[in-house]
Amino acid sequence: MGKIRTPYLLLFPGFAFLFTFFILPIINLAQTSTQTKIAGGDTGQYEQTLHFRNYIDAFVENREQFGRSFLYAIISTLLALAIAYPLAYAIAFKSGKYKNLLLVLVVAPFFTSFLLRTVAWKQILGEEGFVVPTLRSLGIISQSTTLTSTSFAVVMGMTYNFLPFMTLPLFASIDRIDPRTLEASGDLYANGFTTFRRVTLPLSMPGVVAGTLLTFIPAAGDYVNASILGAPTTKMIGNVIESRFFKIVDYPTAAALSFTLMAAILILVTLYIRKAGTEELV
Amino acid sequence: MTQKLKDATIPTIPLGARIQRWVGRNLIRLYAIFAFTYLFIPVAYTFAFSFNDAGKSNLIWQAFTFKNWQNPCGAPEVCNALGNSIKIGFLATFFATILGTMIAFAIGRHNFKGRSSANLLIFLPMATPEIVLGASLLSLFLVFKINPGFWPTVIAHIVFCISFVVVTVKARIASLDPRLEQAAMDLYANEFETFRRVTLPLVAPGIAGAALLAFSLSFDDFIITNFNSGTLTTFPKFIYVSAARGIPAQANVIGSAMFFLALTLVIVGQLVNRRKVR
Repeated sequence: MGKIRTPYLLLFPGFAFLFTFFILPIINLAQTSTQTKIAGGDTGQYEQTLHFRNYIDAFVENREQFGRSFLYAIISTLLALAIAYPLAYAIAFKSGKYKNLLLVLVVAPFFTSFLLRTVAWKQILGEEGFVVPTLRSLGIISQSTTLTSTSFAVVMGMTYNFLPFMTLPLFASIDRIDPRTLEASGDLYANGFTTFRRVTLPLSMPGVVAGTLLTFIPAAGDYVNASILGAPTTKMIGNVIESRFFKIVDYPTAAALSFTLMAAILILVTLYIRKAGTEELV
Repeated sequence: MTQKLKDATIPTIPLGARIQRWVGRNLIRLYAIFAFTYLFIPVAYTFAFSFNDAGKSNLIWQAFTFKNWQNPCGAPEVCNALGNSIKIGFLATFFATILGTMIAFAIGRHNFKGRSSANLLIFLPMATPEIVLGASLLSLFLVFKINPGFWPTVIAHIVFCISFVVVTVKARIASLDPRLEQAAMDLYANEFETFRRVTLPLVAPGIAGAALLAFSLSFDDFIITNFNSGTLTTFPKFIYVSAARGIPAQANVIGSAMFFLALTLVIVGQLVNRRKVR
């Protein structure tokens, strides 16, 4: 009898906590999203009215930022994949006895606060940094072109910040590939490219799926890169939610936007997992 | 004679082709070097500018100095923020590790009704964008008239740390050899003794790793903290707020010091592990 109860006893404290501080808040956010302003009330006072138009209004008003969030998130996920895949491959197959050391080096930048690193990028790419004057004197960019406050800087920063999230799962699944399967493919007269396409890539798919999700989900909700490296024209949905909450004190719209973001991410992720065809996630 | 034969059979390869071949063979290594450069540029920049004698606004290189390293609390608000981050990090790690480890044992060791829903509940916080987690918690606190601040931030951090603890510890439990526990039982250890003397020591490295992960996630978190901390300043929040007018060089000192400290810990840990394996 005790044995049947054991797992539930072990689960209880943690799940009670998650229920109170994860599930309840989400339910509460759903309620908030349909509230309306009390007529004649103070700022920040709302009443429950089941006003579902909040969603339509919020979306229509901010569709540009929504589009930008998903566009930036998709581009930086693809860029991170393009950078991380060869890196993970090199660490798994070409690093010999330095494998563990290189793996530590992938995570090492994490030890410096990510905000410090993002601010560092801002200064490196900024007017006082060395990159812009060099590129200008080489004639690669015109005198009036800046690198910060552009969508380039935001996407670059996001790619940078989420790169380890991409590299680690990729490494985990590439490292599991038996090198003899690659040799076998070569023995069967496949060239390097065919071996990659028909053997390496399919075997590393779980890593690709996990890595792209771990990059895409935080990237779509991110607003730190956009506010440090971007400009008003590069605002993402995260910036809007933040300012609705803190500056405008418009909780219903912020809540409706949060829900729309979450729903959009869940739909995209579900479609993606179906398409990529893997259940092995965590 | 032999020399002549060699010359005849191995035609000299033109330099251009040789370079091309070398690049082709080492392309992936060059690529890796490029990727590591990208990863480390801002870390190097942060470190370099921790030696900048720049006063409050650390934007332009002025002069080299050790001053900032000798007096990392020279900008008092930096140390205050750091102190808060460390306190929150320890509390969140402590609770998240206990709660998460218990869940990991339940899921990893027992087959029970509702196990897949339990897995889903663990996966969901990781799949939720931080801004939604932060905003929803804040709106709950507002409903109950709880002012954002220290404890709300700790609670928020526990929420997102638990899942990562569960996943890490579960992986360790799954890699255990069940025969070790059977052996302990065969040697007349009861269930509790087996757990205390065999299972727990074997899972301990996983728990330690999970705690480290939780601490670093908590310490570096900005978005969720920003929503739930009110007027309380943490280290990332301090940097975000002061980014516009320039960050004091002491923040670079602390960032760089954390980097070297953590790197040393990880490398020493790996060396100790290697020795143990031998």
